[in-house]
Formats: sequence, structure tokens, C-alpha cells
Amino acid sequence: MCDCIECEQMMQPYLDRVLSEPERREAEDHLAECDWCSARYRFETELRTYVRITYAETMRPELKAKLAALRTPLL
Amino acid sequence: MADGTTETEARKLAAEARDRVRFEEDALALADQVYRVARGFVGSREEAEDLVQDTYARAFRSWQQFTPGTNLRAWLLRILTNLNIDRARRQQRRPETQPLEEGDYFLYNKLEEQAGQPLEEEQVVERLSQHDIVSALSAVPHDFRDVLVLVDIGDFSYADAAQILDIPVGTVMSRLHRARRVLKRELADQTEDES
Repeated sequence: MCDCIECEQMMQPYLDRVLSEPERREAEDHLAECDWCSARYRFETELRTYVRITYAETMRPELKAKLAALRTPLL
Repeated sequence: MADGTTETEARKLAAEARDRVRFEEDALALADQVYRVARGFVGSREEAEDLVQDTYARAFRSWQQFTPGTNLRAWLLRILTNLNIDRARRQQRRPETQPLEEGDYFLYNKLEEQAGQPLEEEQVVERLSQHDIVSALSAVPHDFRDVLVLVDIGDFSYADAAQILDIPVGTVMSRLHRARRVLKRELADQTEDES
């Protein structure tokens, strides 16, 4: 099983789901037993979601209209 | 024979018009997603709106360069990214210094230290405002930020981001890694300033 330092190094590839199968199992074994690391993994997941939500706004209808006006007029 | 040629020509024009209309409709259907990425790339809503308009103006002009059946979203984002690079050059931003980065647990450790106890999940939003996120992201140097915006906000794969930015996949991964660390470092600095 990996230690906390290795677990920290695996955080980003783990959350991106790009770890190899044995690496993923190693990280998960550690996370299952280590509250210290698992709290940090949960935090990172929340943070990523929060960043995404921050930019989830849709454009103003005025901009949508302007884009539609850029279309080539039909003859 | 002259009539036959005109008819063929007319059919060709009609088919082209049909393809163009379809292209424009498909492109417009992706506008919200394109806009979101633009918002991540630049600081203000006005700048993002200009960037999106320029992107669509160029896309509609050069629609025939798009190969039907390939990834239209990535094609549009490629235009947006290039326009954004031109724009940054025009503005001649101050040279960006190498950002300080810390480990992946850095922000959590910092917030936990401030709170004096382990954090619960819901405390992420309590301790960081959306304004903090926007301002921290704008402080990430743009080479790193662009990758983070495409992958974490635009939901592009590493491979798509590599294609859009015209860099190898390995570079996407290393920049993404650093961008996330720098973002957390910036967020930690901000919460420190606020407290």
C-alpha cells in the first residue's frame, strides 16, 4: 500500500481516471484506511465541481441574437 | 446543353447552401459551451462576448474548411484559442513570472489550519466564493490556464485539448497539473488576505 506522499501524487491522475489498474487499487486501498488523505480527495472533488459551477453561466440572449445575425443570409 | 449545365450548377449551389445552413445551426447549438470556455480564458464578460462573436464570424466565413463528421466543438475552440492568443499579444500583457506552486494538499491544509479543525465537504463553498475562483483563475499564467479551462470547465479530453492548443498530450498533462496547483496556491493566498 502507498503512503500519504504517494497518495498525494496520485490525486490528480486518480480524479482524472488515468491511473493504471494496479495504481488505482493502491490509491483506493490507502484512501479506505486514511481519513487524512480521503478528506483531501473529497475536498479536491468538491473544488473541481465548484470551479465548473462558477463558469456554468449561459450567455446573454443579446449575444445569442448577435451570433445568429452573423449567419449568411439566405438568398 | 447550356440548360443542363445551369441546372447542375443550381443543384450544386442548393446543396452547398443546405450544408452551410446545417453547419451554422450546428455551430450555434454549441455557443453556450464555447462561451463558457471564453469566460474562463478572459477576465470580463464583455471581452468574452467579443471573443465569441469574433469566433463565430470567422467560423461562418471559413465553414468550408471544417470537415463534416469531425469534432465541431474542438474546431470552434481552436478558432477561439487562436483569436485569444492574438488578443493577448495585442494587449502585450506584462511578462508572466513563473508561478509558485505547492503540493496538491496545500489549499486544504491551509483552510484546515485557518478553521482549526478538519473541513467538512460543504465547507469548500463556505470558505471560497465564486469571486475567489474567478480572481484566482485569472492569476494563473495563460499557458496553464488555457489547459485548465478546456479540461476542467470545457470538459475536453486531454487529446482534444492537445489538438485545440496544438501541443503534445504530455504537455497538456503537465500544464494541467501545474495549473491546478497554481490555482490552489492563488486561492490559499486569497483566503489568507481575506482572513
